[in-house]
Amino acid sequence: MPQILMPALSPTMEEGKLAKWLVKVGDTVKSGDVLAEIETDKATMEVESVDEGVVREILVAEGTEGVKVNTPIALVLAEGESAGVAPVKETAPEPSEAPVVAAEKANDAAPAAAVPAAPKFEAQADPDLPEGVEMVELTVRQALNEAMAEEMRANPDIFIMGEEVAEYQGAYKVTQGLLQEFGPQRVVDTPITEHGFAGLAVGAAFAGLRPIVEFMTWNFAMQAIDQIINSAAKQLYMSGGQVTAPMVFRGPNGVASRVAAQHSQDYSAWYSHVPGLTVIAPYSAADAKGLLKAAIRSPNPVVFLENEILYGSTGLVPKVDDYVLPIGKARIARKGADVTIVSFSMGMRYATQATEKLVAAGVDVELIDLRTLRPMDSDTVIESVKKTGRLVTVEEGWPQGGIGAELAARVMEQAFDYLDAPVLRVTGKDVPMPYAANLEKLALPNVDEVIAAVNAVTYRS
Amino acid sequence: MARKATATKAKTQPNAPQFTGEQDLEAFREMLLIRRFEEKAGQMYGMGLIGGFCHLYIGQEAVVTGITMASEKGKDAQITGYRDHGHMLVMGLDPKGVMAELTGRQGGLSKGKGGSMHMFSNEHRFYGGNGIVGAQVSLGTGLAFASKYKGDGSVSLAYFGDGAANQGQVYESFNMAKLWKLPVVFVIENNKYAMGTSIERAAATTDFSMRGASFDIPGEQVDGMDVRMVYDAAKRAIEHARSGNGPYILEMLTYRYRGHSMSDPAKYRSKDEVTKYRQERDPIEQVRARLLEAGVITEDDLKKIETDIRAVVTEAADFATNDPEPDASELWTDITIEA
Repeated sequence: MPQILMPALSPTMEEGKLAKWLVKVGDTVKSGDVLAEIETDKATMEVESVDEGVVREILVAEGTEGVKVNTPIALVLAEGESAGVAPVKETAPEPSEAPVVAAEKANDAAPAAAVPAAPKFEAQADPDLPEGVEMVELTVRQALNEAMAEEMRANPDIFIMGEEVAEYQGAYKVTQGLLQEFGPQRVVDTPITEHGFAGLAVGAAFAGLRPIVEFMTWNFAMQAIDQIINSAAKQLYMSGGQVTAPMVFRGPNGVASRVAAQHSQDYSAWYSHVPGLTVIAPYSAADAKGLLKAAIRSPNPVVFLENEILYGSTGLVPKVDDYVLPIGKARIARKGADVTIVSFSMGMRYATQATEKLVAAGVDVELIDLRTLRPMDSDTVIESVKKTGRLVTVEEGWPQGGIGAELAARVMEQAFDYLDAPVLRVTGKDVPMPYAANLEKLALPNVDEVIAAVNAVTYRS
Repeated sequence: MARKATATKAKTQPNAPQFTGEQDLEAFREMLLIRRFEEKAGQMYGMGLIGGFCHLYIGQEAVVTGITMASEKGKDAQITGYRDHGHMLVMGLDPKGVMAELTGRQGGLSKGKGGSMHMFSNEHRFYGGNGIVGAQVSLGTGLAFASKYKGDGSVSLAYFGDGAANQGQVYESFNMAKLWKLPVVFVIENNKYAMGTSIERAAATTDFSMRGASFDIPGEQVDGMDVRMVYDAAKRAIEHARSGNGPYILEMLTYRYRGHSMSDPAKYRSKDEVTKYRQERDPIEQVRARLLEAGVITEDDLKKIETDIRAVVTEAADFATNDPEPDASELWTDITIEA
């Protein structure tokens, strides 16, 4: 005999008032008919019938307060059932006790269950280069351009879209020549519509394409951040592994020159916070090429943070057919024993210049370029700190919740006993980027600050 | 006929396109499955088996049923917001998998990790189940972009509500869809209330079929309570999109009987309004009456269908109740794909 149970209005409701019965004993009810009204201090709700039949008995009178959830409040007899027996009909089953028990069990079990350990990310080493490989001097801009062109030649599902990527040849000329080679179907100029075209690209990735989305700068991607995080990053997880968004969001990130608060900001820490995303921020031309190729081939959504000021800087790139670097592997730019400096992207410029001066002054610096921010290669950093006992981090972003803060926490957790000094962070100042030339300079990290931090952790000052 | 951006007002059409007995029967079965499934989901929510949000589709069944009947199943893509259970049932996804996702069990369509608002199927070309109001419009436009890029002849059906119709990215998507002539049908399920805010209190213009006018996207207002009208308009819209003419807007005038979600006290509308829709416009009752009147089917046959559907729903509920929760190790899976 189907029992009508006191329903919950929300998962947290435990009891409520049975305010009013809208049916009486003997009434015939069918699915969807409103049987009663219940109230809590927050809301009123109607109890609808799911079963069909005749109301046999009202078990809780109207006006009763404090009726516990899942208490039987009425009996409804299915057609053909007699009052004396309660046959279980396959076609009109009564809600059994089982669900309630299962629900309680589920709730009880939750806090007791031990959290399984997170799987450990194992970074791969960079590929060995052939003996005597030719090294070509390229700008970061050329390296990025080559990476895209090579990958687009290899896979027709790859296309690039963004503002001014085609006819204009790229706002920063990173997409130069791609329209001519690949045509307007694969090199798509968009309206100024970051939210819309980012979402459109995610949808295209769901359907099997491999989009590269260029944001003119990451500042404008704030308009699109919902689609990057809520649609792209979380998709695999919330579909139980079914639907993926293999794609690259790329463009210049970080502090530009004299463009003030809304156009000068480092989003590294923001995106590195998000599970489901891969976040890459290269410094050298070789890394820009090898990692962008890896990003385009990745089955995951990748946030690829370039830097406007670095676009024109040159570096040696190995001339091999297919130069692809492993995602998630830091690069030791200089081996040393006295102090570890960790940075990435534009921060590497300050760190490198500081290292040169420090080495000249007799400090044996180990300099690490993270290259990938998520997954973060903690192992390389931890191993280094175990050797040097000292860590200085360098980034353009704000200090609170930054990459340096994360590194400091990991080192504290995993190498506390090895530390000979507190970890120090050199960051952008905790202010919106000012316009005035002198203030902008003050807001940025600089070489002297890196040197001062190293002196402090090595007790040389 | 594809009309220009001028809307036709919905009424219960005396000259509504006729369904064959078979079509009426199919529509009846699909809509009844949604109705019974959702009633059961509501009940299970009340019993504490379903947590969080649970948005029921009761009252709106004719919309997704008519459109899906007019589409090519397995070829055309569909995407919607969070009121998504009905879409999956009509597209042929297993009711057990849908219900088990609602209860957060391992046999759920997303292994219990997505919940009511996040379910997907590559095989059936269903792309969610999206929890962010309006996001599915851009995503659905992207599905159409992929269709055109690949030249596979599929159409994307992107559903959203009257609330989402006020989101900015909807118009960004309209612009690109028309600019690039993408094969997408935008289906606005206008159920009159965005949560508790009536269209009159939220929208400067309430004729949503006209919302594409400035992009020259044709639109129609359709009686979304009559599955024949929905089917007829959807045929026209899908054909328009499939033959390379770009997007089309269908505003479905519909009504949800239940609250926005389970905890909605529904103080923003009168009981009379709800009752009137249920008694006079119910999409399932319209078909039932037609089937009996035309003698396609007898009362006994209808009872048999009801019984069969009840059994399917009961089986789904039992499965969703007894299936175990996902293994704790699932916490760490499906975050990224190992390259």
